[in-house]
Amino acid sequence: MVHLKDVCMTYPKTGTPAADHLSLDIGEGEFVFLVGSSGSGKTTIIKLLTGEVRAQSGEVMVNGFDLRKIKRRKLPALRRTLGVIFQDFRLIDNKTVFENVAFAMHVIGAGRRAIRERVPYVLKLVGLEGREKRLPQELSGGEQQRVAIARALVNSPSLIIADEPTGNLDPARSLEIMLLLQKINDLGTTVLVVTHEKELVNAFSKRVITLENGCVASDETGGYYGHEA
Amino acid sequence: MKLNKFFYLIKEGIKSIFTHGFMSFACVVVIVACLLIMGNFALLSVNIDHNIKQLESQNEILAFVDETLSEDDARAIGPHLRSLDNVKDVEFVTREEAMKNFISKYEDEDMFSDLTPSTFRNRYVIYLDDLSRMEGTRDDIAAVEGIADVSASLEISRGFIAVRNIVTIVSVVLILILFVISIFIMQNTIKLATFSRREEIGIMKMVGAGNAFIRLPFIIEGLLLGLLGGAIAFFLQMGIYRVLNQRLLASAVGTMIQVIPFATLMYPVLAIFLGLGLLVGTFGSSIAIRNYLKV
Repeated sequence: MVHLKDVCMTYPKTGTPAADHLSLDIGEGEFVFLVGSSGSGKTTIIKLLTGEVRAQSGEVMVNGFDLRKIKRRKLPALRRTLGVIFQDFRLIDNKTVFENVAFAMHVIGAGRRAIRERVPYVLKLVGLEGREKRLPQELSGGEQQRVAIARALVNSPSLIIADEPTGNLDPARSLEIMLLLQKINDLGTTVLVVTHEKELVNAFSKRVITLENGCVASDETGGYYGHEA
Repeated sequence: MKLNKFFYLIKEGIKSIFTHGFMSFACVVVIVACLLIMGNFALLSVNIDHNIKQLESQNEILAFVDETLSEDDARAIGPHLRSLDNVKDVEFVTREEAMKNFISKYEDEDMFSDLTPSTFRNRYVIYLDDLSRMEGTRDDIAAVEGIADVSASLEISRGFIAVRNIVTIVSVVLILILFVISIFIMQNTIKLATFSRREEIGIMKMVGAGNAFIRLPFIIEGLLLGLLGGAIAFFLQMGIYRVLNQRLLASAVGTMIQVIPFATLMYPVLAIFLGLGLLVGTFGSSIAIRNYLKV
């Protein structure tokens, strides 16, 4: 699913290594928290996994794609196997909830009938039934993030990558979103959550990978973030 | 690309014209303004060229017939002259008519009371197709049997040709400069419109949209806005042209110059405006979006 081995990556402008001989593996069906302080390399890993940046050395394999050798025109194919969720939701303002989710299906060339069946199902799954015709700005932050999750989920990706998905939400909404991601994971999708929210990480007994200066500092199943017992 | 995907993208392109109403409006306004500037200048050039051609056509060659020939014999030369290359029209002028024309140029007609038609030669007034070939045609006319002398204003014809060439070169250069400026302005306006949507493009990329999927709605949008701009510019151009034409005809200048009716120019102007609008809209949007596709 995800295989990183001895990955090195330095941004040319800063010269600071964002990934320094980093290795990690995530298997099918896992739920993993990727934690670490600012500048530890969390965002770089997401960019490496989505093909936004390329590693200078090492191996980067995601869903069978070799991201060190992948051609630019093959990137859409990789991204269709992923569901990406962002802190700032990244919804298209002038599209309704339904259209925002259906949009991801149009990208893969899904038919109208398939879209009409699948989108309401996914919206129901994330608890947004009845909100189909609303525009993103008419929804709360938690609801907007649910739309983003629905969009990430709609094409049945094998891996969902959530980059600080609760960063803009209050604790109650954050917990709801995490529970939703847990539910998605229970249905068989691998979930990788990048966060720095200790309380949330510690509330779930999951695998926790801690990054420091571009390296894996710890990797524990059922672990804690910040070693809080 | 699947058919339903294609139709979806066309629908998206049309929809985004309305969802990004202000930027669409700005693009159309810029396209209309640029086309009108170019159009007005081009039409002015076309009319100048037309008037010069009119003046040119009035420039004539006089072929004097040998005075030993009778009027009937002189008239018999007409068909020979008509058959010459570059001869547009031939008009026979008798000795009597020539004398009348001569006298009418002077205020004091009594001064010529002793003048007789025999002083003048029968002659032909010859109009040409192409003024630039006047010298060669003059020689051909001189070689016709029965023609005693030929008078051709070569200097004047050269002057006309020089003026027409200058007007043509200046027009082409100015229209090209205006075209480049227009493309630049339009491309920047479309770039600005695209810039406001870079986040949308980023989202498209992140959910796995390929470049064609992202580009097509933008191109369709640009194409439709370009066509709309071209059509609006055409109708405005028609109005401006007709108003100016009416005012010009009502003024003193109107008696001196000839304005080509818009009906004659309508289809080429429409085709050029729509073609340019389409070209600029399509290329402008595809160039503008190129930078945002490298995510």
